[in-house]
Amino acid sequence: MPEFTRALIRVRDALADLLRGAFGAGGYERYRAHHAAHHGDTPPLDRAAWFRRREAERWTGVNRCC
Amino acid sequence: MLKKVTGFALAAGAAFALGGIALNRGEPVNTLWILAAGGCIYTLGYRFYAAWIAASVLACDASRATPAERLDNGRDFVPTPKWVVFGHHFAAIAGPGPLIGPTLAAQFGYLPGTLWILIGSVLGGCVQDMVVLFASTRRDGRTLGQMARDELGPVGGVAALIGTLAIMIILIAVLSLVVVNAMKHSAWATSTVFATIPIAMVVGLYMRLVRPGRVAEGSVIGVVLLLAAVAGGGWIDQQPALHALFDHDGTTLAWFVMGYGFLAAIMPVWLLLAPRDYLSTFLKLGTVALLAVAILVMHPDLRMPALTRFADGTGPVFAGKLFPFVFITIACGAISGFHALISSGTTPKLLRNERDIRLVGYGSMLLESLVAVMAMIAATLLDPGVYFAINSPLAALGGSPDAAVATLTGWGFPVTLEQMQALAHEVGEATLFARTGGAPSLAVGMASILSGVFGAGLLAIWYHFAIMFEAVFILTTLDAGTRVGRFMLQDTLGHVWAPLGRTSWYPSVVFSSALVVAAWGYFLYVGVIDPNGGINILWPLFGISNQMLAAIALSVMTAILVKGPRPRHAWITGAPLAWLAVVTTSAAFAKLLSPNPKIGFLAGAQDLAAKLAAGTLPPEKAAVAGRLILNQRIDAALAAFFLFVLWAVIIDMLRIVLRRRSGAPLAESAEAPYQRSRLPEAAGA
Repeated sequence: MPEFTRALIRVRDALADLLRGAFGAGGYERYRAHHAAHHGDTPPLDRAAWFRRREAERWTGVNRCC
Repeated sequence: MLKKVTGFALAAGAAFALGGIALNRGEPVNTLWILAAGGCIYTLGYRFYAAWIAASVLACDASRATPAERLDNGRDFVPTPKWVVFGHHFAAIAGPGPLIGPTLAAQFGYLPGTLWILIGSVLGGCVQDMVVLFASTRRDGRTLGQMARDELGPVGGVAALIGTLAIMIILIAVLSLVVVNAMKHSAWATSTVFATIPIAMVVGLYMRLVRPGRVAEGSVIGVVLLLAAVAGGGWIDQQPALHALFDHDGTTLAWFVMGYGFLAAIMPVWLLLAPRDYLSTFLKLGTVALLAVAILVMHPDLRMPALTRFADGTGPVFAGKLFPFVFITIACGAISGFHALISSGTTPKLLRNERDIRLVGYGSMLLESLVAVMAMIAATLLDPGVYFAINSPLAALGGSPDAAVATLTGWGFPVTLEQMQALAHEVGEATLFARTGGAPSLAVGMASILSGVFGAGLLAIWYHFAIMFEAVFILTTLDAGTRVGRFMLQDTLGHVWAPLGRTSWYPSVVFSSALVVAAWGYFLYVGVIDPNGGINILWPLFGISNQMLAAIALSVMTAILVKGPRPRHAWITGAPLAWLAVVTTSAAFAKLLSPNPKIGFLAGAQDLAAKLAAGTLPPEKAAVAGRLILNQRIDAALAAFFLFVLWAVIIDMLRIVLRRRSGAPLAESAEAPYQRSRLPEAAGA
């Protein structure tokens, strides 16, 4: 693959990650990976339950600025 | 070698572009010069200064396990890819501040504000964010308040707590005043802003019940509804019955905003706060990208002079000389103490590798600074006469639109009643005179850029889109800030009576939320009834409190660097701290002691009291004079208090520097011990 195409792909992936981070999306997949690695013996939360827990946690500290 | 050559080329480019801007007199300067200067300075800062700080001062260690790895719990501590952390951090630090400050500071001309945004961010704000992020990462993600207590002592800890609460109250007050001023007697703006509330709730319900956790889908639906609300507002504006429903004066709107803030604080977050935040993130990223493209395509000339006559302190937008007020007016965008709370909040718990600290800490702030530059461009591409007519309270220009155009034309900023009327008509507003607070003028600027590229003739739609965009942000900050204030208050009240500290006990939730809303609601209310527009008083107070918080953060960081292995490099935070100390102290002194009633709070109170006693005030002003006098005295007390807190922390920090120099024993810095990372990124490091 030419260098330029590879650079474009890197930019696209970075932008996609940036958006994921800004919206807090994509965290469920990371949670499942963590759960499988560390607590494989218990059933993981489903997406809805995980999302509820996460949203509640997200809004307990200073997380928005001027 | 290549690095040196690029560095030299960038420095030359920056010097050339800045020289082009600064030396250009008489001819209008093109926006591309500003962007070129910014691009060179940002690249220099990021490639060289930030890289040097990361490598030689902080000694970021790619082989060291971060708290996200060591304490990984799949919840708040999660090792996360760097661009995801960047997005998370940028969304958290980016609020309406960098849009408003530069708009107000444009009264000095485009040059002072632009230079401060560029230089202040590269040497100050970005460094603060990055060093705080580093310090917190090395301390298991401890907050600024905890680090202040650990590194400085109880004085620093209490100062950080009080500073945070104070800044929150003033911030929410001034931002809600901006929204109220943008909605005042505008049925279109008011109906659109009101519509954002049920739209956010629809999105919240969708993400809770219909498609749980599908943030992107919910946000897209929400944004489509918001755009429909902008267009629908234009229709509502044309229907006499509906128009009357949404056409309100400032006081009524202020009560609405307070009621909204209270309800939002006691409602479950998933219903209103969280979905609104998704929408505002969506709008922020989208609009900033759109604006950047439009500015590049349009590259308009700036019509505002480089430096105006108001550097002498007689400006109609707000009173005060260029020094120190440009540095107080533009806080967010150059250096913002508030960011230190975010950099020591959730972000350090996500970093996968210390190598990412430069990108996330320094890089996000550069992007925020670019947003501030674009706001400055949007303000200064307007005809200066139009800019001043929109942003100055009528009281500062002679009391009526007729007098205002005469005054402005006399000052050398020609503008006519017809021009203002035509512009107001084009953007779909009844009037644009004295729409203080920065939002309407920014909206006019943004609308003229955006409609130039994406659809001419849609000026009114773009204007109200811009107003909606700003309002969504501001209301997000208002919700989130009231909630944080409530938690902090409950935490404190819990020491008085334990049940009050329980964050889930409903009576305590209602009581403490009401107290927080009452605190900012008071300043909002007085700001609305103030014939001078209120912004003139509140924005400098906000700037002082934000810079005070930055000074606290920089003091803690300087203490940490002085205790660390490379104390002679502590100037990287010490120098911006010294500058902020000078600026904040001068500004606070001016606001306290200036004999000019437009600048000094006490002089203002005295002047009003004298006029009231002599009976020379017009009746509508006399009716509110008592409250305005009390408010100016409260503001004076606040400014004095901020000054006291600022110096208490600085002296506490200097004590540590002196002990270190004299070789006296010092408490160890509370860094977590080294542990080798097992993540693949760290391999080979």
